[in-house]
Amino acid sequence: MNLLIEAYRQPESIRRLGTADWDLLVRQARHANLVGRLFLRLQSAGVEADIPEQPHNHLLSGAVMASEQRHAIRREACFLREALKPAGITVILLKGAAYVAAGLPAAQGRLFSDVDILLPKERLGDAESALMLKGWASTATDDYDQRYYRRWMHELPAMRHVFRGSALDVHHTILPPTARLKPDARLLIEASVALPDLPGVHTLSLPDLILHSASHLFHEGEPDNLLRDLTDLDLLLRHLARDDTAWDGLLERAVQLQLSGPLRLALRYCHRLLGTPLPERIAARSRCLADTGIVQHMLDGIYARVLCPQHPSTADRFTPLARRSLYIRAHWLRMPPLLLAYHLAHKAIFPPKQETHPLSTEQQG
Amino acid sequence: MKIRDLSLAEFRARLGGDGIRLATGPFNCRLQSGIPELADELARLYAHHPLIDDKPFIDFHVGVQPGHGLRRWIAPQARFIVDAVEPFTPLPRGQALPMLEWGLNWCVTAYCHHILVIHAASVARGKHAAILPAPPGSGKSTLCAALVNRGWRLLSDELTLIRLDTGQIMGLARPVNLKNASIDIIRAYAPDAFLTRPILDTTKGTVALMAPTQASVEAVGEWADPAWMVLPRYRAGSDATLTPMGSGTAFMQLADNAMNYHVLGARGFKAVGDIIDRTRNYSFEYSRLDDAIAVFDHLAAEGMAE
Repeated sequence: MNLLIEAYRQPESIRRLGTADWDLLVRQARHANLVGRLFLRLQSAGVEADIPEQPHNHLLSGAVMASEQRHAIRREACFLREALKPAGITVILLKGAAYVAAGLPAAQGRLFSDVDILLPKERLGDAESALMLKGWASTATDDYDQRYYRRWMHELPAMRHVFRGSALDVHHTILPPTARLKPDARLLIEASVALPDLPGVHTLSLPDLILHSASHLFHEGEPDNLLRDLTDLDLLLRHLARDDTAWDGLLERAVQLQLSGPLRLALRYCHRLLGTPLPERIAARSRCLADTGIVQHMLDGIYARVLCPQHPSTADRFTPLARRSLYIRAHWLRMPPLLLAYHLAHKAIFPPKQETHPLSTEQQG
Repeated sequence: MKIRDLSLAEFRARLGGDGIRLATGPFNCRLQSGIPELADELARLYAHHPLIDDKPFIDFHVGVQPGHGLRRWIAPQARFIVDAVEPFTPLPRGQALPMLEWGLNWCVTAYCHHILVIHAASVARGKHAAILPAPPGSGKSTLCAALVNRGWRLLSDELTLIRLDTGQIMGLARPVNLKNASIDIIRAYAPDAFLTRPILDTTKGTVALMAPTQASVEAVGEWADPAWMVLPRYRAGSDATLTPMGSGTAFMQLADNAMNYHVLGARGFKAVGDIIDRTRNYSFEYSRLDDAIAVFDHLAAEGMAE
């Protein structure tokens, strides 16, 4: 039972929820990392007063947490600008950090764990040195991971600031160089736009943010944040739709960046699951709603199960298969078969440690 | 119906099944565990807490479960689980009970930003409450446990919850976490209180949990007004001495111990300021519990007189 998508699509529907439904809704929202966003959605739909006190406390808490992150992200963007200025490198924000810094609706209630930036590949070495001078250090755990990232990936191993603890991903393009799709990062950098109220900080242009989000979502192998990412796309597309002609520009840009495939899936699932408005000519031109082919049916089967809160209450007997298929598909899209075999074999022999933390309330705050 | 109204067999069956649903102050919790040996002590720690009706809203769905596979038998583990997610590294199975307590505390600090959450004990006399923020090792929990066994009402041992609208403290009345030497001190000081067996070698040393008094649990819904902020420090051989603290220092003490101060931003700043405007602030040095209680009783008498 997927209460979360129902509440997100039809905020007024929450008036029909009983206590047990609210209990489940909050849990689903927490598993989808959408607690804060759901609150803001209900609030802006004018139904906040219909939320009973206890779930209200939880949803509000999520929104409070997200709004605090907004300050942190804007401040972090300024630190990055200062760190990279001596090397003459412009900060170009991607994903959540870009939504926040540009004040886009997709920032609403968004929780995230790191800042992502894009820079030209030939400046990667300079950038890494400049960042290390200002306190960012690589977190890669072992030599294999270091080599893997530097040789095959589109980003450096994640960095973390030694004092602030803030995480940073430095990208030189938006998909791994080994992936079948090869968007040209220079085009993204050339089209990036300066932020008026954060001088010296850029973000990708709105169509490029959408295409990046779509390509990220449909190359991702872990389902945990997929629904959250789909709501990002929903909010970005609704924002783009303020100008009806921008839709055509988006499709053309997708062709230019070789990202028509991910965009097609993004439009399909945004429209179907979240009711994102889509002009008919765009649906026709992108053929995003067409139900043809066995591959499309398989994808629908997989994404119906992973584009939902990854909570036991939404799982069916095919969910484990869908999750496994998603993982394999993601790797298949990102790597040639031999490299994939080598990588999976290495990860099977040396499984990565689980990311858990010792339990202590005293280390918090 | 209270937890104490369940037979141990019934309690154990529910704990191992769909879970025990109980209210701890403003939070409804569902506790599950496949570790049957903790049932007895858990039932006694929460004896006076109310069970809640059939299907109410649950704030925290938590459990402690045994390790997977061989881990049931070799170096057995306890895993803390909150709604199918396991956020922490497992602990040895013998630490399942404190793990459940610490995990519940973690839920409050992770999920509750509609209130200010301060890492502090708080106790009340009537409507007036004393907040005791302090670093580990300061004797905060010992003092708190002693006060609770001498007529003060336990609001909370570990997390003080402040409403942002009224500035009042909402009680939790959950078990008090006693460490190392304070376990025997409190056993001797309050022989009637229920303490769990000592659990050795935790990250906090040896710990034992003390059940909150029945009166504290029954009055948990009565929110209290912060009247004093007392920063305790145990020093062997010292006389019980209250020293007034400047409001700037007091503000920083509370802000430093507020777990979600930075999350609340301006609201956090205002909430801490509002508390400090209402409280008399002291640092407090003590060694003998009876003397310490006398000082607190004197504060309470002054508070009543006003």
